[in-house]
Parts: sequence; structure tokens; C-alpha cells
Amino acid sequence: MGDVRLRRVKQLSHQRGTESTGADQSALRDRLAALRGPGRQPRPLDSRALTALAANPGCSRRALLDSAGVDKAALAEVLGAPANFGQSQFAFARGHAFEAGATRDGGAELVRLLCAHTGQAPPDPQLLECPDLTAEGPEGRIERTREALALAQARGQTGAEGGPGGWSVLLHPMVRLTVAGAPVCLEPDALVVDGDGGVTIVEIKSFPILDGSAAPTKVGAATRQAAVYGLALEAMEVRAAESVLLVCPKDFSNLPTAALVDMRKQLAAVRRQLRRLTRVEELTAALPAGTSFDLDLPPDRLAGAVDSVPAAYAPECLAGCDLAFHCRSQARTGNDPAVLGRGTRAELGALTTVKAALDAAHSDPPPPEPSDPTHPAGPSDPPDPAVLALRRAARLRAEVLGGDGAAGADGAGPAGGGPCR
Amino acid sequence: MPLMHSLARMEAMAAGRAQPLTTVLHRHLSRQPLVLVPLTTAGEVGAPLGAMLGTDRDHPLLLTVPQPKDRDLRFTFLSDLAEALLPHLESALEETEQVREDAEVCTDAPQLLVPNAPGAEFVRLLGRSMRFRRTAEEDPQTPYPSPARVPLLGRWLTHYGERARVPGSSLLLSMTEVLTRHWATGQSSLEDQHLGALLAWLRAGPEGGGDTAALEVETARDEHGQLRTPPSGPSTDPAFDNRVLAPAVDRYDADLPGSAERVHQLLGGQLRPVWDAMWESVDLLRRLPEGERIASRWESDRWSYTAHRDRLRAGEPPQPRRDDAVTAARKLSVRERDQARLQAQEALDDPLVMAERRLAGEAFVAEVTDSWMTYSQGRRPMPRPVLALSTEDTPQWAPGARAYRVLPSGAAQPAEFLAPEDEPADGSADESAGAPGAPGELRLRLTGGMGRAKEPAPGSVPEVGDRVCWTLFEHAPRGGPSLPEPEDTPWTHGGPPQSGTPLPEPRTAERHGTGGQSGEAGRTGGTGPPGVTDPVAHSTLPDPVTAEDLL
Repeated sequence: MGDVRLRRVKQLSHQRGTESTGADQSALRDRLAALRGPGRQPRPLDSRALTALAANPGCSRRALLDSAGVDKAALAEVLGAPANFGQSQFAFARGHAFEAGATRDGGAELVRLLCAHTGQAPPDPQLLECPDLTAEGPEGRIERTREALALAQARGQTGAEGGPGGWSVLLHPMVRLTVAGAPVCLEPDALVVDGDGGVTIVEIKSFPILDGSAAPTKVGAATRQAAVYGLALEAMEVRAAESVLLVCPKDFSNLPTAALVDMRKQLAAVRRQLRRLTRVEELTAALPAGTSFDLDLPPDRLAGAVDSVPAAYAPECLAGCDLAFHCRSQARTGNDPAVLGRGTRAELGALTTVKAALDAAHSDPPPPEPSDPTHPAGPSDPPDPAVLALRRAARLRAEVLGGDGAAGADGAGPAGGGPCR
Repeated sequence: MPLMHSLARMEAMAAGRAQPLTTVLHRHLSRQPLVLVPLTTAGEVGAPLGAMLGTDRDHPLLLTVPQPKDRDLRFTFLSDLAEALLPHLESALEETEQVREDAEVCTDAPQLLVPNAPGAEFVRLLGRSMRFRRTAEEDPQTPYPSPARVPLLGRWLTHYGERARVPGSSLLLSMTEVLTRHWATGQSSLEDQHLGALLAWLRAGPEGGGDTAALEVETARDEHGQLRTPPSGPSTDPAFDNRVLAPAVDRYDADLPGSAERVHQLLGGQLRPVWDAMWESVDLLRRLPEGERIASRWESDRWSYTAHRDRLRAGEPPQPRRDDAVTAARKLSVRERDQARLQAQEALDDPLVMAERRLAGEAFVAEVTDSWMTYSQGRRPMPRPVLALSTEDTPQWAPGARAYRVLPSGAAQPAEFLAPEDEPADGSADESAGAPGAPGELRLRLTGGMGRAKEPAPGSVPEVGDRVCWTLFEHAPRGGPSLPEPEDTPWTHGGPPQSGTPLPEPRTAERHGTGGQSGEAGRTGGTGPPGVTDPVAHSTLPDPVTAEDLL
């Protein structure tokens, strides 16, 4: 169970850029705006949402709704299946206070932590710059980031008078990545440009590094998030270091400590998964005419629209997707074995519903084939190994529990158990 | 998830109620366990919010922190927690039994029950946050001295938290893990982490309805947007934090009268339903008959408890922040051995678990269709009876592979599979017994467990017509080869600890009781100051503190 409450720490409040980069792009943007409903602001994707999406690349529903910027939380509310998570203000306050502490003095602390890990000599504080990145709108911020980054790299490569290059820390830059055909604005915590022009992504998290180790799931999520930033920088033709500097509180204190985490694997994985995401154009093209996710529509029409896009529900969705409860109840109604976990669904192979699997488990084996030397395997298809295994499992269970082992058999409840030997 | 469990979950889904995965209880449940339901502050590490604890279901003790950022209030909480927990943890120190001349083991060990795996992890974390603290008495110079007994509680909780990682151990149990070991619900294992939802499936009767009840528990909210069934902790529901707790804490900060009591009452409201669910779970588990081999695993727990007692009595320093290479390797090897032992013992205790192994081809039930005597070739021929068996199971065997069965005495009897061509020399096999090599027809040669005489001891050879369960796994798996002493740590693992100070005597090195070992005891308390690479990791100095240690 990941820390569901930490998701979406930073939600960008700005609209996605309106700059047109081509007629197709603009047509797609219009189509997505229409899906969202007239006059609605798109809900921006952040890198957390992206990594969650990349973790379930088969989910068209999520890909489409996220790309269209539909407010899934509100949508789930209308559908009567609101998600169970939010963020505690205690965690929020702690996260912000820690980040503010770690980035104080123009990022000098971040540079110190980075140097302690890379073995570089920390720069003279005079040579450390922290450019102002504020600008109007996301497009402006992206442009500003691009300039500042180019300048910082140039500063790094050409040290003043042949001396050591200057260092720069970019706090809250903004970068852009095209996901499934739609542009997404992302805001890394910080970028450090060192005296050689090298760029390191910094990810600041409020979970602790306790005695030199941190919760692996949280480190994994943070690294995947950083990998998304790395891809965005690549799109800007900036090659960032292959390790992210993860800055966390040390033990039980509020002192920052850091670790360099190799993210090559995550870079490859996120790149592959994002590429696999069905392109939004194809998803929109497959929609019935007149589909809309406008939150003002009556719930049944909205539900119909949502259900017209196939989902790939798995229990892991509960930790990260606002629509998870809706998809879960749908999967339960549809008797989808995925509600028990991805592994169960995989195990059952061609048996795609729980009912089919149970019927197979409690079916009688076919009568032995009459021995016919010309058809040693019998005339029918070779039996499904999943069916054979289920049938054996059901027989063994019944042998021990008594009864027919069928669902709901008496004595199968918690109080029972039946004679066992 | 094994196919058998998937099947049970699907049956639970169809029936709307939980289905059994076992027929007996597989974890030790003390007569008087202490239930501990902790709560933590979201986003803060080691900042407890409150806890409900006790051994009497009608009289829980509620401890709360009205403002979790206040160090003094936290210390008061920890001090109260120590006063409440230590008497329980120390309750079994004195009563011992003499196992050997030089070894005694406590006859019982106190048990802690927490709601779920994150709860058990929080116990570890609490232990870690407390064990390096120093009291003013120990060190007058220490900034922010901790109340007496808090560091001691830290060491106990660390020990319990660490022990909980040993497969099959029962000193510290997480309730959802124990329940899901014994029953399958119609939801995923992620959803099973919610004790309330899990119990909804277990409560459902033959008419079903567990699915809707579980959904109700998970999602139903009152008119103030608060969950009707609070989560099982240690995290609180964000809606509770934001709309209920935060305003109450603000009132406390504003020094309003009665505000501390209000926080106390609010947290009690979150904890009480989980507390009741814990005891309901205990009742459910008590209805199961105990597995036969629980006692031997509990003995390992008692050894572990005794070893910790001895370390405390010997005045050893607190458990280090990080284990040295040899201790870590020892712990790992003990856990691997205990995992194998647990799996073997659960299967032997429980035909339903054995059925899983039979499905996997790791065990089989077979009827003896014929048997004849052969003798070993040695100077003193020993009986080596051969059994012809017929089974419907599909064991994954190869000629020469070992099989074991349980003798009436409880010991394991070894046997080996014979290749189909290993026909008896005298041809005495009854042709009607089925040709060896045909599916389901097997030959086994018993290789032991028949006494030392020329004739097998009575009852040590199955008769024709007997149905016997054989396993392809050992009944008492042993660990791997022994590991070097810390002084002999190989260079690949950082070499010996480079310390001028001699290592303290390993007073609590592994002890081998009858059937039970001192668990992961090893020498967790044994490393001197500077470790291999990171001196801080192995020191037992207090954590550095800042004036404002939480934000």
C-alpha cells in the first residue's frame, strides 16, 4: 500500500499551454476540451499521475481521462464512488516545511549534499546562482526554465577567467513532456547545474532515510517520478545525470540528508511504458459520437460515457486512482478475477470470469476417452491446463473439507472447518 | 498466490463469505495477549498520536498526545506507554525451566498483537526512536533527556519488531496477517489490510453478504464526511485529520479549556472500533484447534525472549542501528531455515495446507498396494522394505529422490523413489499391483525409521491397504553451513570490525534447545563501536537532536 495520502503534493493550478504546434495538435486539443465539457479548465497531470499511469499502461480509461484533464476525483463523486484518499494537512505541512528548509539559501544545502555524494569540491558561495524562474503561465515558465538552464550550463562550462565554473540551482523549474500525444507540464523540485555544466535532478521527499535506508516502495516511486523529469529534460535536449539526488529528512530529525539513486532502469521503464500508452487520438477516435465527460451531465449519462472506455482494473489502482472504486465495483459486477489481483487473473488464463473458473473447478472430468489407437489424445481439443489444475485443486479442497467443496458449503465458514483428518 | 488460495478467494467471492484456508490454528495465541493499537501522525516519523492497549478487552488503556509536535508531550506519552507495556513485557522473566545444566529458558513469553503489518512496522519504528535515548541519570549532559524506562521499552519493542520478521514467530503478531493465513476473503490481499473489512467477510453467515458489508466498512461516511469505521491504523483517515483532529489540536494550541480531553476523546473514538475488532479476531482464532507443531515454534520464541532478557541483564548496549555482516547473514539464514520449517510444519499439521503441497507436486497421498522385503548390501544387512504405491496425486519425483512420512511416534521416516526398472530380484511383486511406471504407480524403498534390529520395528512399515501421506520435503529442514565469527568476517564483507576495543563476549550466542533455537538471537548486541564502513551505523550513541526536532 503506497502512501496514498502523499500523492499529488503539487498540483499545478495553471492551464496547459495554448501554443499551437500543429493543426493535428490543435484539433486534438479541441477534441479533448469538448470531452471535458465546454468552459472547463483541464486538470493538469503531474509526474505522480504520470508514473501511476505508466504503471498501468493498459488502462485506456485512465489514459483518456487524464489526457483530457478531466477531474477524476469529482467524476468519481458524481458516479457515487468517491476515492477514499486525500492528504492530511499534517503531512502536507510537514512536507512543505521540510522542502523549504532543504532549499533555503538559494539551494546551497542541496549543492552541499550533492557534492558530499559526488566528491566534487563545493563551489564558492559567491559562484552559486539561483535564477528567478517566475514567469507568466506555464508556457512562460517553460521558456524561462529553458533560458535559465542554457545560461547555467554555459556558466558552468566557461568559468570566469578560466577559473572554476559557476554552479546554479534551479528551484521549481517547469518542463514539458508529450504523453500519449498530449503535452504535460511538470515541475521538478530542483535542478542543480554543476561547475562542468552537468545537470542533476533533485527530488525532495518528506519520508525519512532511517539509518541509511528508506522504504523501498517510496524510493521507487520517487525515482520513477524523477525519471519522468529526466525524459522531459531529454525532450529539451538536456541530458541529466543518470542518478537522482533524493533529499529526505535524516532519521527522526528535520535535517536533510541525501542519497544518489541510480535511475537508469526507471528511465528505461518509464520511457517504454509511456511509448506503449495508446495514443490519445486512437482512443478519442474509438469513442461513440457525442461522448462527453462534462461533470454537469446526469450521472447515468456520465457513467455511460466512462464505461464506453475500457479500464484495466487491478487492486493496486486503489492506492493511486480516483476512479478506482468505480472500476472495482464494475469489475466485481463483471465477475472479473482481477479484483483478487493481477496474479489471479494471469493464473486463470482463458477463464476470464470468476464464474467460469468456479464452473470449471467444480465440473466433472470428461469421461475417459475410449481407447482408440488412431486418436490417442481423443477427438477433442487438449484440455486447458488451468481447468485441470482448478479441478484438481477443488477436488483436494473438497477431500479435506468434506462436502462438495462448493462455494458456501456448510461448515466452510469461519466457525466451521469440518473434520480435518 | 497459490492456485488453492485463488480458488478459495473465488469461492469466497461467489459465496459472499470467507472460506477456510486451514483447518487448525498455525500461530501461537497466548492466554493473555496484550493488544496494542497505535496511531501515528501523518507525515511525521516517530511522532505517535495515541494508542489503545491492554490485556482486558473491557478496560483498554487510552494514551494520547494532544499536540504531536510537542516533545514534552511525546515524552509523557512514551513514558506512560513504558509504564503500561513494560510490566507485561517483563511479566515472564522469572519463571524458567532448566533445559540443560547451563541453559534455562523462560516458560512463557508475553505476546503483543497489533492490527496490521504497518502496525507491526510502527512498533519497530517506535523501538528504534527510543532505544538510543538517554535519561538524565545515565548522562547528565544529554540534551532533552528522556524519561526513565523509555530507552528500555525501545529495546524491547526493537526486539519484538525484529522477531516479527522471523517466519512463524508469534511474539508480535499482526492480526490481518494471522487472519488471512487462516481464511480467504473475496477481495484482494491489499484490501485485506483493513481489519474491519476483513472481519466483515469473516462475520458473514451462510447467507453471504460479506462483500457489501466490507464495502460499507471501507467507504461509508457520516454526515460530516467521517468514516463510520475508522481505518485500522497506524495512519488516520485524512478526512479525520483535516476536519476533526486539526481543529481540535488548534484549540489545544490556543489553550482552550477541555481541549486536551477533546483530543483524547476523538482519538479514543478512532481507536475503540479497532480495539473491539482485535478482540473479535482473537475470539475467531480461538475457535480453531491448535496445530500440533505450534508449541515447538513457540519454544523458539521463548528462547528469543530469554536471549533478550539475558542481554539486558548482562548490560549489553542497545541493538545497533545496522547489523554487521556476520550478524546480518546469520539472521538471514535463520529466517530462511524457519521459513522452510514453517512451511513443512503447517503442511504436516493441517491436511488442507498439505493439499496445497499435493497440488504443487510436493507431497502425495498413496495407498500401499504391495510390499516386499529387501536388505541393504552392507556388512550388517538392514531391512529396506519396498512399497508399491498407487496415487491419484502427481508428485514431482525422480529416481533416488527422497520422500518422508510421519511415523506414529512423530518422527520422520525417510524413503527413496525407485526407478521403474528396479524390480525386486525374486520377482515377488504381484503383477496385479499395477505396472511400475504407469501413471500413479510408484515404488518407494524405506531407508530408515525401523529401529536397529534385523526385522523392522512393529508399526514402522505401512501395511498393504494403508493410505499414507508422503512429502518430498524434509520435515525438519536444517540451516546452511555455519557462518564465521565476526572476527573472521571475510574482506568481501568489509573484513573484521576494525576496532581497538575488544568485542563484548557473545553472552547470548545461538543456543540449541531441544527443537528450538534462540531464533535470530545471534549477537545483535555484540558489535563494538566503529563498524566496517559507516561508524555511525554501528554505534549506539544517541541520535543527534535539534531544538526543534519536528517541523
